Amino acid sequence: MFGAASTKRETEEAASTGTTPPAPSAETAAGAAPAVHANRGAKTVEAKSVDLFYGDFHAVEDVNVKIEPNKVTALIGSSGCGKTTFLRALNRMHELTPGASVKGHITLDGEDMYGAKVDPVRVRRLVGMVFQAPNPFPTMSVYENVAAGLSLNSKRMKKADKDAVVERSLRGAHLWDEVKDRLDRPGTGLSGGQQQRLCIARTIAVEPEVLLMDEPCSALDPVATLAVEDLIAELKNRFTIVIVTHNMQQAARASDVTAFFNLEKSGDPGRLVEVGPTEEIFTKPKQKATEDYVSGRFG
Amino acid sequence: MAPPDGAQTNAPQAAGPAISIEGGILPGWATWAVLAGAAAIASAFLLAIGSFTVALLLVLTVPVAAAGIYFWSRSVEGPRRAKDRVVTLSIASAFALAMIPLISLLYEVVKRGVPGLSLEFFTEDARGKIGGGGAAHAIVGTLVITGVAAAISVPIGIMTAIYMNEYGAGKKLRRALTFFVDVMTGIPSIVAGLFAYALFELFFGPGIRLGVMGSVALSVLMIPIVIRSAEEVLKIVPNHLREAAYALGTPKWKTIVRIVLPTAFAGLVTGVMIATARIIGETAPLLVTTGVIDSVNSDPFNGRMQNLAVYAYSEYRSPGVMKQASYDRAWAAALTLIAIVMILNVVARLVYRRYKTEIR
Repeated sequence: MFGAASTKRETEEAASTGTTPPAPSAETAAGAAPAVHANRGAKTVEAKSVDLFYGDFHAVEDVNVKIEPNKVTALIGSSGCGKTTFLRALNRMHELTPGASVKGHITLDGEDMYGAKVDPVRVRRLVGMVFQAPNPFPTMSVYENVAAGLSLNSKRMKKADKDAVVERSLRGAHLWDEVKDRLDRPGTGLSGGQQQRLCIARTIAVEPEVLLMDEPCSALDPVATLAVEDLIAELKNRFTIVIVTHNMQQAARASDVTAFFNLEKSGDPGRLVEVGPTEEIFTKPKQKATEDYVSGRFG
Repeated sequence: MAPPDGAQTNAPQAAGPAISIEGGILPGWATWAVLAGAAAIASAFLLAIGSFTVALLLVLTVPVAAAGIYFWSRSVEGPRRAKDRVVTLSIASAFALAMIPLISLLYEVVKRGVPGLSLEFFTEDARGKIGGGGAAHAIVGTLVITGVAAAISVPIGIMTAIYMNEYGAGKKLRRALTFFVDVMTGIPSIVAGLFAYALFELFFGPGIRLGVMGSVALSVLMIPIVIRSAEEVLKIVPNHLREAAYALGTPKWKTIVRIVLPTAFAGLVTGVMIATARIIGETAPLLVTTGVIDSVNSDPFNGRMQNLAVYAYSEYRSPGVMKQASYDRAWAAALTLIAIVMILNVVARLVYRRYKTEIR
C-alpha cells in the first residue's frame, strides 16, 4: 500500500522532471553559492507545548516539535488544521491577527521568542517569511524590492555594497539572469513565478537564520514550482527552512523532515499527529491518520 | 446552423429540430428611431390637448419610448433583451435628467460671468473704486484661507485616518472617532463659522475678524471629509503588503510610512483635492469670521480678508451706483470659483493617473 503511494510519487516526480527544462541559472547560482556570505549558522527552532488561539477559538493544540537547522521541514495536513497558523507563530506574525494569542514556548537556539524582553521586530529579522501569494511592494522597482529589507531596517550602506547584496540575493533566488536588465522596472511587472522568487530574494537579502514558507508554490505553474524547489534545496545549506505545503509530492521531493497536522473534526483544534524523516512518514508512518493522509485516502 | 430544408443530410441531429445560436436582432438605429417616434407621438398628443411645453414633452417621451422599444424588441429579440433595452433606456434617461441642472448651471454661469471678466478683475482690488475695481483681493483671500485650512486639515485628517485604520482596530477610541467624524460631517457650515468666531472671541474680544478664523471654520468642515476619504484609501491597501514588511523585520511605523502611505499616495491626494474643492466655495462661515473688505490682504493673522464667495454675495446684495457692473462682477467671481474647483479636480485626476499603484 505504501509501496503504491511511493511508486505514484516517483512517477509524478519523473514526469515533472522529464517535462521541465533545467533551471537556466542553476550553474551560475551554484558557482556563486560558495561566495555567498559566511554562514552565520542556521538556528534550531523548538516548540514546547504550543497552543494557538484566535480569540476563543482554539486553533492549534499542544505542539511539540524540534526543527533542525540546515534541513527542510515540511508541514502537511488538510486545510484548516493549523499548519499556517503554527508557521506564523514561528516568527510572531500570528499575534498580528486581532485577538490572536499564544500559549507555550517557542525557542530560537534556546532563547524564548515569546519572552518578556523580546521585541517581535527583532524575531522577524532573524526569522524571514515567504507568503503564499507573491507580494512584491507595488511602489518599488525590482531592485528596491530586494533592497527593501535593508532600507526599511535603516541599514545605511554604500551603493556598491547594496548593489552587491541585491545581485547576490537575486542570484541566490535564481532570478538574476532574468531580471538583471530590468532592475529599475516595477517588481509587479514580473510573472507570477518570478515575483515569488523576487520575494524569496527580498527575504534572503536581510540574511535571516530561519526561512518560513507558506505554500510558496501554490500560485505557480510546474516549471516555476520546480525552480523554487531547486532553490529550496540549495537554501537549506544556509538556513533552517520550514515549508507549509498542500502538495504531498512537493513535501516528498523537497523536504528532509515532515510533520503531519490533523484535526479530528471541524471546530476541534488542530494537532501535530506525527513528525519524522520524510522517507519514513511517506513509507512507514506510525499513525493510522498519517497513513490515510499520505496514501491519499482522505484530505 | 440548421441546414437548408432541401439539403437533407444524414447527420444524427436531423431527428430533432436543430438548435441555432442565432436569433433576431434590432438594427443599431432602433433606439433612436423609437425615441424620435415617441417624441412625435408625445408632441402630437400635447398639441392636441393644447398644453405643449418642452418639459412635458420630455416627461411623456420617455415612457412612450420605453413601451415602444419593449414591444418591438420582445417580438424580434425575445423578453430578456427587451427588458435589457428598457432598463438601459431608463438609466440613460435618469442620467440625462441628472445632467440637466449641471449643464444649465454651467451654461448660465459662463454666459453671465464672461462679461465681468477683464484684466482688471484679476489684478485690481476694490478699495476706493466707486462702481469699478476688481476681485484680486477676493481671489488672494480665497487661496490663502483655503490653503491655510488645508494645511490644518490634511495632517490632522490623514493622521487620524492612520490611527483609525492602522492602530485603532477594536479599540473604543476608534469607535468614538468614527461616531464623531460622522457627526462632524453633518455640521451645518454656519455652525462651524460661529464656533470659530466664538473660539477667537475668547482670546481677542468681540468683533474680531481674521483670515485664519475662516481657515479654522473651514477646517471643521474639511477634516471629516479628509478622514473619511483617507480611511477608505488606507483600507484598500492589501494586508499582505504590511505582512511582507513585518516579515522583513520592519517596525510598524516604518511599514506605514514607507509601504502603506506610498501605496495609497494617489488616493490620498485625490481625497484631499476633493475635500478642498468642497470647502473652497463656503460662504456663511467666512461671512462671520473673515468679514468683508475691499483691499488686498494676504496675511491671515492680521485683519479682515475677502474671498470669492463672500465677494459674489456682497456685490449682488449691495450693488452700489452701477448695478449691472456689480452683477457682472458677482457672476465673474462665481465663474472664477467654479474654474478653481475644476482645476483642482483635473489636477487630482492627473495625480491619480500618474501615481496610482496596481493593487491586487
